[in-house]
Amino acid sequence: MSATRPKHLAIWQIRMPLPAIVSILHRASGALLFAAVPFMLYALQGTLSSADRFEAFRACIAHPLVKLALLAVLWAFLHHACAGIRFLLMDIHKGVELPKARASAYAVLGVSIVLTIVTGGLTW
Amino acid sequence: MVIKRPVIGAHYGLKDWLVQRLTAVVMLAYVVGVIVFLLASRGGSYEAWQHLFACSWVRVLTQVTVLALLWHAWVGVRDIWMDYIQHTGLKLAAHTLTILWLVASLVYSVKVVWGA
Repeated sequence: MSATRPKHLAIWQIRMPLPAIVSILHRASGALLFAAVPFMLYALQGTLSSADRFEAFRACIAHPLVKLALLAVLWAFLHHACAGIRFLLMDIHKGVELPKARASAYAVLGVSIVLTIVTGGLTW
Repeated sequence: MVIKRPVIGAHYGLKDWLVQRLTAVVMLAYVVGVIVFLLASRGGSYEAWQHLFACSWVRVLTQVTVLALLWHAWVGVRDIWMDYIQHTGLKLAAHTLTILWLVASLVYSVKVVWGA
């Protein structure tokens, strides 16, 4: 391939199609979840600790900022899981046609946001 | 002929790709199990949750899932470094810090899952 092939990498001008947005959010949410691993383990420890330490843990996660962080991790998990299921299905050649891929990308974005709001609303 | 390879490549195989998908399936199965428990116990009371994690098999499955998570995270995060960091030294540093983060998480997870 010629080294002088035309390139158009003006990222601010490229309008990303929906499946591309789902894909990059899958990566971003994965990175966030990676950073959150020890904190998720800390939360598991909190739920498993003795009654008095459990109350202290409850007080810790009752802080609005902590709740917001938990909401972000919840969205990251839901998006990563939904998009991951979509990619697994595509790996076995399910829904690879463009209209279906677009529809499933829409579904992944929507379902993860709605589930975040519903779960967040129920547990806030 | 000597093939010049970067010291921190993906080992040029299908293995990591497959591991990422298999560990994803393990985690999905675990999450489905937890959701079924939460729905069956109507939100999961403190007592029911403690009771569940008193079972050794639950702890074993949890520890196995954490291992799957850490291995999965390693493949994914290494892909990110490989895509965005071009400098070999920086990439090696990023890989090393990632491994330290994951190994520390593994040690901590043993304490959380098997601790009193």
